[in-house]
Amino acid sequence: MMSAPLTAAITLDHVSVRFGSFTAVDDASLQIAPGEFFSFLGPSGCGKTTLLRTISGFVEPSEGRVLLEGRDMRGIGPNKRPTALIFQNLALFPMMSVADNIAYGLRVRNLPRRARLQKVEQLLDLIALPDQGGKRVDELSGGQKQRVAIARALAVEPKVLLLDEPLSALDLKLRQHMRNELRAIQRRVGITFIYITHDQGEALTMSDRIAVMNRGVIEQVGDGRAIYETPRTAFVASFVGENNAFIGRVTAAADGIAAVDTPLGPLRGRNLRGLVKGSEAVLFVRPEALRPDPPADHQCIAGQIGEIAYEGSLTHIGFAAGATGQTVTMTLARAAAATVPATGSAATIGYLPADALVLPRESFGRD
Amino acid sequence: MHSSVGHSLILALPLLVVAGFAILSLLERRRLGALAPVSFWRRNGIAISSYLVLAVGLWTVMMIVLPQLYMIDLSLRPKLPPNQIGGPRDVYTLENYRYFLYGSTSSTAAWNTTHIKAFFLTIGASVLVTLLNFILCYPIAFYMAQVATAARLRIFMLMLITPYWVNEVLRAFAFRVLLGSQGVLNTALLKAGLIDQPIDFLGLDIGLYAGLAYAYLLMMMFSLYNAIESLDRNQIEAARDLGAPWWYIHWSVVMPHAKPGIASGATLVFMLNAGALAAPLVLGGPRTLWFTPIVYDRFYQAFNWQQGAAYAFILLLACIVFVLLVLRVFKVSLGEIAR
Repeated sequence: MMSAPLTAAITLDHVSVRFGSFTAVDDASLQIAPGEFFSFLGPSGCGKTTLLRTISGFVEPSEGRVLLEGRDMRGIGPNKRPTALIFQNLALFPMMSVADNIAYGLRVRNLPRRARLQKVEQLLDLIALPDQGGKRVDELSGGQKQRVAIARALAVEPKVLLLDEPLSALDLKLRQHMRNELRAIQRRVGITFIYITHDQGEALTMSDRIAVMNRGVIEQVGDGRAIYETPRTAFVASFVGENNAFIGRVTAAADGIAAVDTPLGPLRGRNLRGLVKGSEAVLFVRPEALRPDPPADHQCIAGQIGEIAYEGSLTHIGFAAGATGQTVTMTLARAAAATVPATGSAATIGYLPADALVLPRESFGRD
Repeated sequence: MHSSVGHSLILALPLLVVAGFAILSLLERRRLGALAPVSFWRRNGIAISSYLVLAVGLWTVMMIVLPQLYMIDLSLRPKLPPNQIGGPRDVYTLENYRYFLYGSTSSTAAWNTTHIKAFFLTIGASVLVTLLNFILCYPIAFYMAQVATAARLRIFMLMLITPYWVNEVLRAFAFRVLLGSQGVLNTALLKAGLIDQPIDFLGLDIGLYAGLAYAYLLMMMFSLYNAIESLDRNQIEAARDLGAPWWYIHWSVVMPHAKPGIASGATLVFMLNAGALAAPLVLGGPRTLWFTPIVYDRFYQAFNWQQGAAYAFILLLACIVFVLLVLRVFKVSLGEIAR
């Protein structure tokens, strides 16, 4: 866990945003440290964009406060906040040159021409597009536009840079490249980045910390490892990474391990949330925690090998669990995958109880 | 030059122009070779293509080119008694244009100040009315295009369109009723004790400018609306997020984006104003001589069609030159306007 900073770059203090009867953000509270790369991760419609617009000032919270460096931002418009927003479609100004785009915020601030040109020059270097200032925006490639948008936002020296799924329009290769680039730029300028995405890969690889959102609620805040390995809710467990879910009822709980009565029979896993006997629960097992021909200390599931998808270093194996036919996914490294029998053959797979999580069911699988 | 030459020229010119374009397209096709796009004829088939070419061609030639050419021809001829038309005195001459400048077909001693003044008043006032229209329409168009909800937008549209069901002449007279010295507005102001003498709105030409501004408001409104409507709202928000105050956002983002729409709205309103007839006739003050009524008088009072045609062409040419000049200054191409 990171130490509590003296002044957080951003503090959300019980922020709720309602549009009519619809609650877009429900009682969000968290602190983001200066210089942190923080991501909001969630499916579309989970309220993450609304939260971003609340931080940047386009939306006022219905309840609660947004503090930037300890200062309450209520009533302060987006043009007066020390934040800069990068839009999903970038929203570059097509009638201006690259340099004029970057200089826009400087012109607004009446920076003298010399200083302005110098600053634009520096930023063009930062985004590795030197001497391209005279180009028109539509002469640039997707990745270049991306970087110009970042430079335009950085030009006004914001305390916080807000990014609204800026990579979603790029193709896969470029997206992966831009991830590294974004991270590198963030390290160089050292300001707080707040990143909105529905892509868990992006969130996990880039962020210092991640807030997972669902239906307007922040379900969990933590670094990538914590989010992936010890999700606190069934939603986080199922949304972040692949996971096999088995719904059931807790039959016994002791020593941090709970037994769940699932349609596939009793299965055991870690009980981090302290569920008691009788509560509705979901047991999650990651595909990579499963293995064929399990030894005796493993929890076992019998069934039939299904589709085998070879992916080079990894192989994904579909497995039809015997009792219900539920498809369980198992991911194996190359060596282990070589021993798996062919599609259609009967087999038993299993996992160690320490590699499975038992979480409260709540609304999981009900809609 | 004999008149039959002029008439045959009128008929031949459009054909020459069409032939010229055909040759140009053939040359281009030859130059591009295999790169040339699928030909118009092959794409649409012979029947549809011929129909399109004939329909558009006939419409253009019969409705636009021929009458205008005929008017040019007319403007370059002297006014003659019917029995001399086609006779030896029916020659090409600039005397109708000369009349506009000097008030006489032969002497160049004095300027025709009445007509020249009316001409520049018309151009100048049309520019002013166009500006007024832009100032009136821009905020409303921006509101409709970027701010209003769908329901609100429908109401605005209805409110804008329905008043135009009333025809132009009736509207002009309604303005007279509204603005006359015994009119609604003066009566109200007098009753309220704000003034003790009726204001001569019509004599001050306020009626004329109001009537003109109102008459072609929609042209500006919809040109602006269409242009602003296509602006990505994120660009406005991006500008705002970068710290721009509202007026600078309009100046640096919205107006540059809407420039073609502003240009097309302004040219339309300007042209229509300069050529407006009903409003100047009905609402013009006693001291104001608009140019279009003069043109009208050439035709129907002086019964001098040759002169009328010349006057009309002077107005048309001046407007075209003016508009092209303004477009050049604001760096808008004609193609952008048509977008």
